[in-house]
Amino acid sequence: MKLSGWGRYPITKTQTTYATQPGLVASSIEAEKTTQIARGLGRSYGDSSLAEHSINLSKMDDFISFNEINGQLTCAAGVSFAEILRVFVPKGWFLPVTPGTQFITVGGAIASDVHGKNHHIEGTFCEQVSSLKLCLASGEEVECSKVHHPHLFRATCGGMGLTGIILQATFTLKPIESAYIKETTIKTTNLAETLAKFEEHASATYSVAWIDCLATGKQLGRSLLMLGEHASPQKTEQTQQKPPFQDSQTAKTSKFNMPFDLPSFTLNSFTVKAFNALYYGKVRQTQSERLVHYAPFFYPLDSIQNWNRMYGKNGFVQYQFVIPKSAGLKGLTEILTEIANSKRGSFLAVLKVFGKANDNYLSFPEEGYTLALDFKMDNTLLAFLDKLDEIVLHYHGKLYLTKDARMSEQMFKQSYPQWQEFQKIRYQYDAQTCFNSLQSKRLGL
Amino acid sequence: MQKNILIIGTTSAIAKATLRLYAEQNHNLFLVARNESLLQTVAKDAKIRGANQVESYACDLADLSCHASLLENITLSYPKLDIVLIAHGTLPNQKECETSVQNTLQEININAISTISLLTLLANLFEKQKSGSIAVITSVAGDRGRQSNYVYGAAKGMVSTFLQGLRNRLNDSDLQVLDIKPGFVDTPMTADFKKGPLWAKPEQIAHSILKAIDKKRNTLYTPWFWWGIMLIIRNIPEFIFKKLKL
Repeated sequence: MKLSGWGRYPITKTQTTYATQPGLVASSIEAEKTTQIARGLGRSYGDSSLAEHSINLSKMDDFISFNEINGQLTCAAGVSFAEILRVFVPKGWFLPVTPGTQFITVGGAIASDVHGKNHHIEGTFCEQVSSLKLCLASGEEVECSKVHHPHLFRATCGGMGLTGIILQATFTLKPIESAYIKETTIKTTNLAETLAKFEEHASATYSVAWIDCLATGKQLGRSLLMLGEHASPQKTEQTQQKPPFQDSQTAKTSKFNMPFDLPSFTLNSFTVKAFNALYYGKVRQTQSERLVHYAPFFYPLDSIQNWNRMYGKNGFVQYQFVIPKSAGLKGLTEILTEIANSKRGSFLAVLKVFGKANDNYLSFPEEGYTLALDFKMDNTLLAFLDKLDEIVLHYHGKLYLTKDARMSEQMFKQSYPQWQEFQKIRYQYDAQTCFNSLQSKRLGL
Repeated sequence: MQKNILIIGTTSAIAKATLRLYAEQNHNLFLVARNESLLQTVAKDAKIRGANQVESYACDLADLSCHASLLENITLSYPKLDIVLIAHGTLPNQKECETSVQNTLQEININAISTISLLTLLANLFEKQKSGSIAVITSVAGDRGRQSNYVYGAAKGMVSTFLQGLRNRLNDSDLQVLDIKPGFVDTPMTADFKKGPLWAKPEQIAHSILKAIDKKRNTLYTPWFWWGIMLIIRNIPEFIFKKLKL
């Protein structure tokens, strides 16, 4: 079977086994000693869930226990964020950390150590995980946490599935009073203002900026900064008469579908520039407020099924980097200029200020600025991204492994200085003998 | 109102998706499956999702002698049942069946005989209650025998015919007898098949089952377009059909 990540580049031939119960995971590992990697809903963009053999855990999706008093949830690795929200939002609980799509599994969230719009306050998803159960290369199941097998825990959180197969995890949901978010949108005219506004609103629970990456000159870095707070029921009733937990919209979010690949010429610098101008221009006031359901606030793109087909059949690469705060304005200006000059438009260019890094060996977030961009695949793209890599490296930045499909081994080893400690843990548990992805091989792990 | 719902073959993908929907509506569940530990997992999951009361019973349904005690256990927990969904079954390897009488009979035993045994016992229970819904998952494969899976088709067809008769018999008792005929469903049972646009997710099937039970339907082709496909398949004259590679 042909398989790819969400970016649909690269594509590879894979044999898939569905693990429906923990006991079957050990036997699948045993059966496919060579090159295997766990896969959930296939939302990592590049080749991190690709290998000769893929063990799919998305059907191992049971809730195992839930503490109604403190919100502590234990569930199988294949449970999706969408399912957690569908079941627990009506009960008054929300995910402590969520990325920009709900169609990911808990196992995938841990392997990628995903972050969300509240990273500056809550940190990554793994920082909310109190323990997890891992199936090792030997087939043995181990419970790991900050206390038990702490090194294995640190390697598994953000470890791209390279230490073993995550079977289940325990983390704590956060109480909410309604399914709605009070959203504030601030329109900025250039990059310096965008960064200043982030600073000014550092106490906002959620913050993220959509940035017009084709704007140049004085308008370089003009953005819509979106801030969010969970709304209280009084707030929702006064303004829009909505019951606090109106049936969660997750089921309705898939009303649009991209049924086929758009011809790849659809997205070019003109169409993207027009889209960006309209999107930016649509917001009139410099600051506006509205009450929105959590689904459109956190997951705008989930409302279009298969939106990845928008980039045509050659797919796309998402490029997400972080550079330290000290490099901030200068580094971002240099990179944005490079992108604007290349005329490679990205519909969704997302800028976010990260809080402190954690101590997981391969986790991506660290204090600084992160920018994520989609680039349509064509035969000059890889060379262009290599050029961006140089700038990112120059400013001591790094790329997000979950988005990566093409980074060089040298870039990886230089920007992830803890890779050797990570590798030591893999050898200690024999993980290198069976858990390998196309990505791990490319990166020399 | 909370209903008492019996789900047989709880760990099958369609049954699991269906019972989750019922759990989220806070009903009382009685779950039956062969694998004890998997059954416990599903039961706990249902409770967390909101099921009011969850009872479970592990037994191998291929062993017909356990059916009577299963029924006793069910009535002990729930003196009255509102809905029963029978979903257990296997997908036989047609080629292996062709070379082994034992395999063929074994597949017919689990996919047809065991279901008919349960239905016989349950029908009498429901007849006394004079209300409720009996829903059974068969298959579009039961509508016409084809060379690629006629052992499975024959077993499912037997159950469908049995259900027709049962529906006719129970009509005066105000009981619903629903025959659920799914097309291609993307489940672990069909993991090795190449998927195309005709394939549906278990969650989609589950939603249509709930709706059909609610509306007291007799037969459900799911997703709906299988009704049209099977109408054509059933009406192809046999002298042509026998030449097709289906």
